[in-house]
Amino acid sequence: MTENREASGGETGLVGGAQALSARSVPAGAGPTTKARKHRPWGEIAIFTGPALVIFFTFVILPVVLACYVSFFNWDGGGDLGKFVGFDNYTNVIQDSVFQQGIRNNAFIVVFSLGIQGPIAIGIALLMNRKLRFRGAFRTMMFVPYVLSEVVAGAMWRLILDQRGILNSLLIQTGVFDSPRDAIGWLSDSKLVMWTMMFVLTWKYVGFAVILMLAGLQGVNEDLLEAARVDGATWWQVQSSISIPLIGPTIRVWAFLSMIGAIQLFDMATLLTNGGAPFDRTFTMAMFVIDRAVTYRQYGYATAAAVILFAISMTVALLFMRFVMRRDNETEGSAA
Amino acid sequence: MSTYNQRAAEARAAGKKRKSLSDVGVAGYFVAILAAGFAVVPVLYIIYSAFRSSGQLSSAPLGLPDPLVLTNYETVLTTPEFWKMLFASTLVAVATTIGVVLLGVMAAYPLARYEFPGREGIYTFFTAGLLFPITVAALPLYLILLKLGLPGTPWGLVLPQIAFQLPVTIVILRPFVKAIPRELEEAAAINGAGRVAFFFRILLRLTTPALVTVGVLAFVGSWNAYLLPLLVVSGSDWVTLPLGVARFQSDHSQDTALILAFLSLAMLPAIAFFTALQGRIVSGLSGAVKG
Repeated sequence: MTENREASGGETGLVGGAQALSARSVPAGAGPTTKARKHRPWGEIAIFTGPALVIFFTFVILPVVLACYVSFFNWDGGGDLGKFVGFDNYTNVIQDSVFQQGIRNNAFIVVFSLGIQGPIAIGIALLMNRKLRFRGAFRTMMFVPYVLSEVVAGAMWRLILDQRGILNSLLIQTGVFDSPRDAIGWLSDSKLVMWTMMFVLTWKYVGFAVILMLAGLQGVNEDLLEAARVDGATWWQVQSSISIPLIGPTIRVWAFLSMIGAIQLFDMATLLTNGGAPFDRTFTMAMFVIDRAVTYRQYGYATAAAVILFAISMTVALLFMRFVMRRDNETEGSAA
Repeated sequence: MSTYNQRAAEARAAGKKRKSLSDVGVAGYFVAILAAGFAVVPVLYIIYSAFRSSGQLSSAPLGLPDPLVLTNYETVLTTPEFWKMLFASTLVAVATTIGVVLLGVMAAYPLARYEFPGREGIYTFFTAGLLFPITVAALPLYLILLKLGLPGTPWGLVLPQIAFQLPVTIVILRPFVKAIPRELEEAAAINGAGRVAFFFRILLRLTTPALVTVGVLAFVGSWNAYLLPLLVVSGSDWVTLPLGVARFQSDHSQDTALILAFLSLAMLPAIAFFTALQGRIVSGLSGAVKG
């Protein structure tokens, strides 16, 4: 296993190094590759990329473009788009205090998802990458919540966290609470509900982060770590100055996916908190979109909110790619 | 070996403990058990509690099943709708997975290894898909599906799910495909294999661990999908399990234990599938390049 590590690399760490190596050896190889590169096999490219492009365009791009169009109408979901209202939907959404609350909630969820799940996931991945008895079992258990559907997880946590739910009963039975009146409304106390949701989100999604980090750690060259050990570095020194920097690209990919997921959060928040209650404390932008469309039949208005949501995730993503992930893409040619 | 020991001895002399390096220790196990327990205990509780009656549950949420109740599971397992939903979920998830993996690796190959103008543009085009939440596109997407006559059919779920899963698949696969050393491709070319042959004979085999990873993500995503089925297959013959959970929950809102049994059985296939492939997902990443 160890000897093959270098070559496979995975999505992380050594990829840059492996590429730098092969890039160096290409000029020496000369001959056939140079020729093959000059004529561009457009037919092959079309056959390989075509199907994916067609499906992606039809079911992702086209609906989004349509959404932009629809957002300029006072559409109520019927066959007729209704009156053209220009940017009215947009100005109204931006001034809607519920949507503003949604933006703040999403911002909170983004910051705390990264801040809580990142360090936990790195720690667990480092631990579970070590020689550990029952390592496979531990890893599998970590991933179970991620594999559960949001519907199942939401229903489950509501049974547990309800005012008269399992957790409160447990706390009363074990004497932590003196009387049933001390029971805490984990999901109904407006000050608490967001933290409760962060707890559940961590439970649900930290496993995905751990998978990615473990995959990244697989790509870290064992020889490097061994060399450091032999030179007397402690376990933590090895991790903090070799392993963690080497899985940097994986961490950044995870942060990117996690951030986008948090901005677009819908299922878990809806199912867990019964549509954002209390007082829209956990109401997200995506919930606003679906709520305005399904409950109020304001499809044009809802679609405008959806486009704003998209614009926000796009901006955040582009900034992140531009300033944080850029060097990962640049290592290809210049890794030394 | 001797230099190794010598160095180790020096390290020890320098006052640094070597022992902690390969040995996780009690604290490590404690943390691992805590983290893994935190992850699975709620799930185990659900499975376990469905062996009790709703009366037992409300009087003592943490009690023993006294007497052991099997009727909840029996009731769910003898409900024809459950099997119908299970079939629908399975078919949709399998078709989505096959589609995503096949189209994903095919697209990732030229995007990683061919050099042509517009390559980065196409790649960026796909990655932009990461930013399109299904909530943004859901309503117009439904209109397109309607035009194609797809609502109420499994294809109405499979095709959009493939489309929405492609971006993350390509983002994950491209570096893997890229990481395969040039030398292999050159060797293949010298042996007369073109790039298409290289794709089928070498690349697919070398990227299998990554394909398993993206395949599992696609399967789990499809199995758990809620919003799209809600829009596309509600009220049809192709209601999937997550929709069924919501429906079952409102139909039997008084019988908590029965709901728990339904939840348990609905989540079991995905967990089993994932558990079976878990080892390959992570440790399979150091694939056999020398092979």
